[in-house]
Amino acid sequence: MNLDSKIPAGALGDKWTDYKATMPLVAPNNKRRLDVIVIGTGLAGASAAATMGELGYNVKAFTFHDSPRRAHSIAAQGGINAAKNYQNDGDSVYRLFYDTIKGGDYRSREANVHRLAEVSADIIDQCVAQGVPFAREYGGLLENRSFGGVQVSRTFYARGQTGQQLLIGAYSALSRQISTGKVTMYNRHEMMDLVMVDGKARGIIARNLLTGELERHSAHCVVLATGGYGNVFYLSTNAMGSNVTAAWRAVKKGALMANPCFTQIHPTCIPVSGDYQSKLTLMSESLRNDGRVWVPKKKEDAVAIREGKKTALDIAEGDRDYYLERRYPAFGNLVPRDVASRAAKVACDQGNGVAPTGLAVFLDFASAIQRYGKSAAHSQGLDESDQALIKKLGEQVVEEKYGNLFEMYEKISGENPYKFPMKIYPAVHYTMGGLWVDYNLQTNVEGLFALGECNFSDHGANRLGASALMQGLADGYFVIPYTIGTFLSKEIRTPEIANDSPEFIKAEKETADRINRLANSNGSQSVESFHRRLGKIMWEYCGMSRNADGLTKGRKMVRELRDEFYKDVFVPGDADEYNPELEKALRVADFMEHGELMILDALDRAESCGGHFREEYVTEDGEAKRNDADFTYVSAWEWDDNDPKLHKEELVFDNVELKTRSYK
Amino acid sequence: MKLTLKVWRQKNSKAKGELESYQVEASEHMSFLEMMDVLNEQLIVEKKSPIAFDHDCREGICGSCSMTINGSPHGPQSGTTTCQLHMRKFKDGDTIVVEPWRSSVFPVIKDLTVDRGAFDRIIQSGGYISVNTGQAPDGNAIPIEKDLASNAFDAAACIGCGACVAACPNGSAMLFTAAKVSHLNQLPQGKVEQTRRTASMVAQMDKEGFGMCSNVGACEAECPKEISIEHIARMNREYVASIFGGRKS
Amino acid sequence: MSWITSFFSSSIGRKVIMSLTGLFLITFLIVHLIGNLQLIAGDGGEAFNQYAYFMTTNPLIKFVSIGLYAMIVLHAYQGLVIYFKNKSAKGGKPTAKNKADVKWASKNMALLGTLILFFLIVHMGDFWFKMKFTDTIPLVTYDGWEPIKNLYQQVTITFDNPLFVVSYVFSMVVLGFHLWHGFGSGFQTLGLNHSKYNGLIDGIGKFLAIVLPIGYAIIPLYYYFVMR
Repeated sequence: MNLDSKIPAGALGDKWTDYKATMPLVAPNNKRRLDVIVIGTGLAGASAAATMGELGYNVKAFTFHDSPRRAHSIAAQGGINAAKNYQNDGDSVYRLFYDTIKGGDYRSREANVHRLAEVSADIIDQCVAQGVPFAREYGGLLENRSFGGVQVSRTFYARGQTGQQLLIGAYSALSRQISTGKVTMYNRHEMMDLVMVDGKARGIIARNLLTGELERHSAHCVVLATGGYGNVFYLSTNAMGSNVTAAWRAVKKGALMANPCFTQIHPTCIPVSGDYQSKLTLMSESLRNDGRVWVPKKKEDAVAIREGKKTALDIAEGDRDYYLERRYPAFGNLVPRDVASRAAKVACDQGNGVAPTGLAVFLDFASAIQRYGKSAAHSQGLDESDQALIKKLGEQVVEEKYGNLFEMYEKISGENPYKFPMKIYPAVHYTMGGLWVDYNLQTNVEGLFALGECNFSDHGANRLGASALMQGLADGYFVIPYTIGTFLSKEIRTPEIANDSPEFIKAEKETADRINRLANSNGSQSVESFHRRLGKIMWEYCGMSRNADGLTKGRKMVRELRDEFYKDVFVPGDADEYNPELEKALRVADFMEHGELMILDALDRAESCGGHFREEYVTEDGEAKRNDADFTYVSAWEWDDNDPKLHKEELVFDNVELKTRSYK
Repeated sequence: MKLTLKVWRQKNSKAKGELESYQVEASEHMSFLEMMDVLNEQLIVEKKSPIAFDHDCREGICGSCSMTINGSPHGPQSGTTTCQLHMRKFKDGDTIVVEPWRSSVFPVIKDLTVDRGAFDRIIQSGGYISVNTGQAPDGNAIPIEKDLASNAFDAAACIGCGACVAACPNGSAMLFTAAKVSHLNQLPQGKVEQTRRTASMVAQMDKEGFGMCSNVGACEAECPKEISIEHIARMNREYVASIFGGRKS
Repeated sequence: MSWITSFFSSSIGRKVIMSLTGLFLITFLIVHLIGNLQLIAGDGGEAFNQYAYFMTTNPLIKFVSIGLYAMIVLHAYQGLVIYFKNKSAKGGKPTAKNKADVKWASKNMALLGTLILFFLIVHMGDFWFKMKFTDTIPLVTYDGWEPIKNLYQQVTITFDNPLFVVSYVFSMVVLGFHLWHGFGSGFQTLGLNHSKYNGLIDGIGKFLAIVLPIGYAIIPLYYYFVMR
């Protein structure tokens, strides 16, 4: 298969501008005759559906939630990057591009990333116009903060709820199109299959989750914006419903899955506390701006803390190992996520972890409280030697900045983070891998597009903080509305696609069979228990660090688990009713196959890069060792139950020099 | 900890529904939903039908979860959604009554799952700023006073869970509607269509059949995002202004 | 539907009616109390009877009182409509008792209002109806006056009966609760809510909710315990 990325010619900085100026357009009268299906209504899906509705296409949007506003984009806390350079600190489109390429450990496409950096500024403008209440300075202008892996302040934020505010912005734009009738919204509908007619994606089979009824929806093209597959690990920061099914169904119809092993482990999450745990909660990366990460230097101190005999406050300053500051003096606590996560794992593997499980490190705000307290006392002309006052003032500043995060931490852990340092541990958070797409965000299947976390395009092997929101909205507001024209301009003579063609009927039948197989399976184990076991295997063998033996073993275990699943799963209730357990079973079934592909990809990629860390490939001082000579490619996998086939898209770097990523 | 749960079971929207009792063994570190998961696992193993409830992010932000716990939407802890409520707020041996949101505008779909589509329709009636993609001026073109942006944010923090309706003895959706009206009307970008927005959203809210606000304040007390009824006052004010001050149409 | 009718049938419109009529009725309560306190002036009822005569015969007062009756009817009617609409919005399903930290009065305004309406009917039957439409009240003559009705005496007779005294005092407690919520609520509905002034509004509301009922309740108690 020839993977044509369709990157336009020209200088890097001119590609997108020139391409937009010359790409084929669809006239307004023709747009009215073209139907587009959008699956998923998170940032990418809602913004795409709204914008295409505004342009005049007939859009049908689907979400399995009860409302578009519930998509998991809503949970993003920290912020959204944009190369506005409002802070006058030397930021630029090129620097955002460069940081993203470097942060992604040189495994993403230059042209895509540059386009992302270019449109980033427009996103902020658009969101402000929609009424997103970003943080502001006293002068009324937008405020920024800095995030991991960069040396400028380019992150726009709305308290600790940036994702929520951006999603509500996109949701309101979508709602406006729904009210005009340009978008038809299908809530509580899940895409069960992709329908191909003459080699093109022409519709979907959807299940009405309330009635269990299967529906055939046809369109001239299908856009997937269904998020990531982090839930393959069972425990992740993803929402309970986040799943790979839509993307996986596309893979089953021939779409390629790219770089599936690139998963991001977020360094600052609340640690696991018990077996019943259903999900992990993220504490925004922005906390690392002011929090210092440490573990006790002495193992006996760590043990005492684990046993509850000591607290963090009993450890003298000299007995603390601020390991990020020690190992990475240039970036300190603000190293990128993959680096911070791995460092936490190393500290805990060495036996210095805190919390009863031994799997946690401290995130300490004491010095930030001191610093802010002193500066507040100074500016208010108060006594700077009064410790109690300093602490009080400092806590006020910290509360203003991170109040809701501190509150959330206390609710979940039962501990007051103003008093004791937080305990954190890495957790699966985001998946850089996803459906392979070209520059137009079209998959290798004609007429099938993928946006946001669902595609693989922009983050390489590691995503920088505050870039997921940027990519989702860039794809939805500013890329797909243009690039979809490259496909649809050729379809203006195609009449409305019929949904009663043999292809649709066959797809519906296959879906019904698949559903009935699970609905009628009368085993003895719950879906949840299988999902939990799958997650354990994936985390153990394909998690924060991987090796060939483990991966090989993991693949075998996943395959065995899959067989057992079909033999012994029990799904209560019927297929023709509202049945959340059945929904879960269908999703877990797809995770089982996708998980295997992730393992295969991790096995193939015999190098360490970004979030993918192979124990066999490390430098002398324990850092990841990339192999540019052999692995500067995108792995694009064609699914086959026994022997998935790897296609490679070579990555070409004309504008940046491949360097060893150093944050030291 | 051993708990007795009395859970509302209702097969579908037409069925009658009743409270059923269950015994469950929980740990105080569990979230309320994890305790429900444990109960569901138990039911599935016994080949009984698990309890249906909406939930998703489990971080208190998506607004899916919707349980009335001992009469309180989202349970006893203020400023907290069901998913973030932890069992340490309960005692060993407690009996806990779990019901769906109670409102005739939110019909029960199954057990604890209700249909909150009315909220979407209220937003569709005007809960947006009419700006197409690409039309926006520079983000810093209009300075917005810090406190004003912060106040708008307080209103925008609404997660659309519907606890306000469930808490209200009148089944009113004023806090939800007012939060959106107040968020957008306060901002300079949203001021432009303030009159139309306010009138239209209130009309849709009424059309859905929600009750009328009598300023009880239960919504504010139960709102997991602690949204103030000051926003309701603003909407009242702006509604009167929109009707008496708006253009003749 | 014209904009004005659509306003008055909207939820907020109905509430605005409740608020405006309610706040107007509170001003009436204040005026009415000041007038009625003449009953305990200790002058054998001279000032009160003259005041009562003035209030029932002055054309301007007559005109205003028509407005007052309309306000009462509108307030009660709208209150009932709201009650029934809200009841159906809530749906009939059982719910465990909500323990949110709100005023008891706030949740029971319809009940309180209905009790007050009953009281009003009895009260108007006792005095207003007899004064205006019957000749059962004896006449009294003061210097320089034509004979006028001795309403004061009617009050004395009424409050001789402990049943009336108890029911009047009880009704004033009910009124107190109604005002405890009603005053502040009226301002909230009109959108007159501002964090700087909320405390003041709340304070005035509570002051009125205590002082007005006590002021009214003093009259029957005074008659029963002191005058007899």
